[in-house]
Amino acid sequence: MLKLQNISFVAPDGGKAAEIIRGIDLDIPSDKFVVITGPNGGGKSTLAKLIAGIEKPTGGRLFYEDEDITELSITERARKGIGFAFQQPVRFKGLTVLDLLRIAAGRKLSVSEACEYLSEVGLCAKDYIKREVNASLSGGELKRIEIATVLARDVKLAVFDEPEAGIDLWSFNNLIRIFEKMRVTEKKRTVIVISHQERILNIADEIIVLSDGQVIDQGSKERVLPEIMGAKFTADICPKME
Amino acid sequence: MAKLDAVQLRLLREVADLHEVPEGAYNIRANGEAAGRNSTANIEITSKTDVSGIDIRIKDGTKNESVHIPVVMSESGLKEMVYNDFYVGKDCDVVIVAGCGIDNCGSHDSEHDGIHRFFIGRNSRVKYVEKHYGSGNGTGKRILDPQTEVYMDEGSYMEMEMVQIKGVDSTRRTTIAALKDNAKLVVRERLMTHGEQTAESIYKVDLNGEGSSADVVSRSVARDSSFQKLDLCVNGNAACSGHTECDSIIMDNGRILAVPSLEANSVDAALVHEAAIGKIAGEQLIKLMTLGLTEAEAEEQIINGFLK
Repeated sequence: MLKLQNISFVAPDGGKAAEIIRGIDLDIPSDKFVVITGPNGGGKSTLAKLIAGIEKPTGGRLFYEDEDITELSITERARKGIGFAFQQPVRFKGLTVLDLLRIAAGRKLSVSEACEYLSEVGLCAKDYIKREVNASLSGGELKRIEIATVLARDVKLAVFDEPEAGIDLWSFNNLIRIFEKMRVTEKKRTVIVISHQERILNIADEIIVLSDGQVIDQGSKERVLPEIMGAKFTADICPKME
Repeated sequence: MAKLDAVQLRLLREVADLHEVPEGAYNIRANGEAAGRNSTANIEITSKTDVSGIDIRIKDGTKNESVHIPVVMSESGLKEMVYNDFYVGKDCDVVIVAGCGIDNCGSHDSEHDGIHRFFIGRNSRVKYVEKHYGSGNGTGKRILDPQTEVYMDEGSYMEMEMVQIKGVDSTRRTTIAALKDNAKLVVRERLMTHGEQTAESIYKVDLNGEGSSADVVSRSVARDSSFQKLDLCVNGNAACSGHTECDSIIMDNGRILAVPSLEANSVDAALVHEAAIGKIAGEQLIKLMTLGLTEAEAEEQIINGFLK
């Protein structure tokens, strides 16, 4: 489904260059629920943006369904079925929740169809459908609407950047249910989630650990999760966090 | 109604959403002449005798009725000034739709300047919609310089929707309002300028009565090399509340000057102003691009939503 070959990303940093991603090789199979985790500043969000085309790699190639998409724009990747949910959802003055869901779906969704997507993310649809996606919505509400746009888009590869950030416990429980549903859905869909949360790691088919711009472990949840939770792994990662 | 040509009918649709003769009272003016008028039992429209223009008198207690007074101009070089006065009685609830559309395919400037005065009776509610629109590929300019004066009695309410989205080369819109006790004024302005267009929008609201309030919100977009000046002034002369907001998107080489002013002349006046001018946020474009829109499509969606 998605293959990264020697991907690197160097960002300008006040006259100097900061190497955020260092020659990553990854092979993410179809129909899997993959969680990328690791310490803050390890390059996880940058990697997610590289997949969506928001950032362009400074080295290496990306392949999606055997096609080289390295040079494709955000729009072109979206049209090929790659979806992206932002860590900090964007606000729009004037655009309503219904407008945004219709844009995501690429067609004029009926109100009842839009309401179904909102219900899936735990929002009482009638309260939200005509509201503007602006500052009147809380961070948690925006986050759930952001996820609803990915659901409405019906993507083949969905990338979620720290979906748990800024949401309350109730919303988080709901989020877990959404991901569990996406994992078992009959539709073939690969899901990549950037997360630190144990409960999200717990529903992964595969876990990738990223630290200091490099993949330091990759494998099944059964093998990797105990190591992440154990002292040995923590001790390995912590020095790099400093 | 006198026969209107295709251009005039198109202008009528743009400024007043009229596809046919409206129900209720109306006065349609085309190329400086009366093109149709209808009064009703509760709403009387008469011509002024001293100057060009009309008086609209709405009886006390008139509810759920409307008045349409659109102006369309398709003759290049035509310039006119009209004076329209609205006398709204007590306890009314009415909708008034005005607006002006100019199509100029010639080389001479076309200009319509309307002076509207509203005298709104006690406890009446008025929704006023005014749209400006320009079209035509001539070199002559399309100019609109309207003035609106609003005098609101105790407990009255007025909502003004002021829209100018396309085709007007130069406009200077001046609106003044004076409110008595517990009167409320709500203004929603939407403005977009293109090319070398200039637009000046001036509001001066005097909150004279106890419990009076005003909420004036202007959303605008300046594209290409156009220029806008937004001048929102609220004077709190009693225990009152006032809020003004200029929210603008600037694009290309557009320029916007926002000149907010608040003057509190009573210790119990509560006045707030907000202003923001900036380009479209990059993250907004990126979000819509991740949903499959091109950058240009994303830009259009953002602007359409902003001005909706």
